[in-house]
Amino acid sequence: MLISRKLKDKINHKWMLLSLMVVIVLPFVLGIGLYLKSEMLLDKYSLWQLITSTEWKPWSGKFGFLPYIVSSLWVTLFALIIAVPGCILIAIYLTEYAKPWVLKIMHPIIDILSGIPSVIYGVWGILVIVPLISNYIAPFFGIQTSGYTILTGAIVLAVMIIPFMLNILIDILQTTPAELKEASLSLGATRWETIKFVVVRRAFPGIVSAIALGLSRAFGETIAVLMVVGNVAIIPKNPLQPGYPLPALIANNYGEMMSIPMYDSALMLAALILFIVVLIFNLIARLTIVKLEKSR
Amino acid sequence: MMDNSQIEISNLQLSIGKQQILKDINISIPKNKITVILGPSGCGKTTLLKSLNRLTDLYSDVKVSGSIMIDGEDILNTKSDITLIRQKMGLLSQRPYPLPMNIYDNITYGLKIKGSHSKKELDEKVEHYLRQASLWDEVKTRLKDPASKLSIGQQQRLCLARGLAVDPEIILADEPTSALDPVSSQAIEEKFVELKEQYTIVMVTHILRQARRIADYVVFMYLGEVVEQGPAAEFFENPKMDRTKAYLKGLFN
Amino acid sequence: MKLRKKIEEEFFKLLMRISTLLVVTVLGLILGSILFKGLPSLTWEMISQTPKGGFYFGKEGGVLNAIIGSLYLSLGATFLAMLIGLPVALFMNVFMRKYQKVVNVIRFFLDLLWGVPSIVYGAFGFAIMIFFGIKASLFAGIITVTLFIIPIMVRSIDEILKTIPIGLLESTYSLGSTKSEAAFKVVLKQCMPGVITAVLLSFGRAIGDAASVLFTTGYTDRIPTSLFQQTATLPLSIFFQLGSPIEEVKNRAYASAVILTVIILLISVLSRYLGRKYIKNKINF
Repeated sequence: MLISRKLKDKINHKWMLLSLMVVIVLPFVLGIGLYLKSEMLLDKYSLWQLITSTEWKPWSGKFGFLPYIVSSLWVTLFALIIAVPGCILIAIYLTEYAKPWVLKIMHPIIDILSGIPSVIYGVWGILVIVPLISNYIAPFFGIQTSGYTILTGAIVLAVMIIPFMLNILIDILQTTPAELKEASLSLGATRWETIKFVVVRRAFPGIVSAIALGLSRAFGETIAVLMVVGNVAIIPKNPLQPGYPLPALIANNYGEMMSIPMYDSALMLAALILFIVVLIFNLIARLTIVKLEKSR
Repeated sequence: MMDNSQIEISNLQLSIGKQQILKDINISIPKNKITVILGPSGCGKTTLLKSLNRLTDLYSDVKVSGSIMIDGEDILNTKSDITLIRQKMGLLSQRPYPLPMNIYDNITYGLKIKGSHSKKELDEKVEHYLRQASLWDEVKTRLKDPASKLSIGQQQRLCLARGLAVDPEIILADEPTSALDPVSSQAIEEKFVELKEQYTIVMVTHILRQARRIADYVVFMYLGEVVEQGPAAEFFENPKMDRTKAYLKGLFN
Repeated sequence: MKLRKKIEEEFFKLLMRISTLLVVTVLGLILGSILFKGLPSLTWEMISQTPKGGFYFGKEGGVLNAIIGSLYLSLGATFLAMLIGLPVALFMNVFMRKYQKVVNVIRFFLDLLWGVPSIVYGAFGFAIMIFFGIKASLFAGIITVTLFIIPIMVRSIDEILKTIPIGLLESTYSLGSTKSEAAFKVVLKQCMPGVITAVLLSFGRAIGDAASVLFTTGYTDRIPTSLFQQTATLPLSIFFQLGSPIEEVKNRAYASAVILTVIILLISVLSRYLGRKYIKNKINF
């Protein structure tokens, strides 16, 4: 009787260790695998050449990543500009000013928003935002456009990362000790001054890491952006021009990957660049959070 | 060292990280008596209790040396299966930790580990141990209700019944009434007095009056060391060490 | 001076209220516009038939191939991810409870993995396919999506398991349990509502993601009958139909979007319902 219990325990133990190994090894395998596949291209050109040249003509063997990287940066930057201030304001409102029932209602709303698949956001982008841009916003600036622009992508992206950042920001702001706020108020500060100078200041590292996480999420988002951004490989000069972010590059061209030499290496390199950029921002963000928790 | 001792602790040292929690502990715990471990908070009494069934193995960065002899076996350096050793001792914690199941399953959990499986046997034992814990009458009609529905006093008695069901020889109790109201506390104290005929009871408490009421043997600890130990009557009437006298002053005020 | 402060505060409070309202409005807008555009085209054939001959030119058929394909894919991936993820989370919180430093390092790694975009997993999955000579198939898709959702599954379950008080473990061990008995018979039961939510959350992510299946599952008009056939998935089905110049096909894309949205909302409701169902045995510490 006891033997079979011991046996069960041992089997479970081994299974758990095996699973743990899989999980730990995964990121390394991911990175190494992508690197190996990109080697072919990296043998021919240096990384610097690749990310600074602008010509993308796979059939002539030219792979310039610059337009795609710049598009990615533009879309991400604008998405953050749109999303971050709003997110911080909403998080402050929900944790400091709103009555408890408001937060209670907002939680499921935020959860549902974060569960909506990106292709649905893309459909919504095409249905609502594209016409909005082409019929109202662009003419306002005197520009003619089909609506498939960097700005469109940025708006859709902003909406996608808001629920994500909101959850983090709400968590961070909720950990403000009541005593700290009380101390500020008893020194004569108003509610608003307390928030500006005490609560937000204290949460600042957390806010920064929430932004960094939002950034990496935005940088890597593929389908929704792809559907509304125009997919034209130029270096955009203003947000009302179309763009072609890095993930879209990979997604759109996987079909031709195998037929043109080194094309697959190029796309794998794009994926590797994406992987590393996202990893770096995540690392910074998570390390900041760890430091934050240590200092408590 | 008495010869009717159930547990012999010799030269026990325990440290967590850089802090030494238990220093040079030498105690004999008598069989079939209630031994109370007394002391101010932070003196290490809970750690001492938990080292008796090696729950201290669960702490990070723990170093133990010395020996704890239970029925002739040194449980600190034994090759036997630790789960069997733990079944020799039942644990009652500061606050009740009922298992996330119904009342019936809470009791049969340990029984099934010990090998009972027939429904008839299990039913009988469930009733027997619930009666022992004075809980049977209150729950006999709702054995399949979730344990979470019981009041906190009932939950603690359930934990007692559950612990008794694995047929231990020793009951370890860590401030078992601190979360309970006075009526439930009294019920647990009376229960312990009844149970000592069958079991050896080791109880940690910081309530002097409680110790006075039910202890047969007392161990007084301070900052990780045993200051004084002895039969309860002697301890309370005639404390030998100054520190003990100072501590007991609170009792007589 | 005081007036200026007050104006500033009221101004920002107004902005806050507007922002919050905006977020709620956007949700309504998203669901509303999808339903508005998609419901009219949502016929019984759409969900009960596979594409027939002229489907992509506007003729008969439905997206049953994509619905079933997505379900097969997500169920398979969620099951595999659970097989690996649940033991890891239990291991971290029960067996390795005393080595908190190591556990935190593992959590850190998992958080990093969680942030990796699904297209990277897709590209990686593709590389694996080439390396092992696996063709685009349900199988390749399941493997890729499993890798994608493992970090999500492990960390969400881990967050729930973290809250188990050590006293419960102590009580269980003092009854003579082995560590895995404690893990599966007690810890899991106590956390069941949260674990179910975590699993369903991962399922939702699996079924809605397009980038990870783009390279790996191929596409077909039929319902797959074996693991090694290609399969259609709902997100890709929406994507492809949307790209058609034919109005009829575009409308069907919106209808398919409704189907996917409804599935996601159902999962959300289901997880709340199941959570409540299993909560009766949970002890509130």
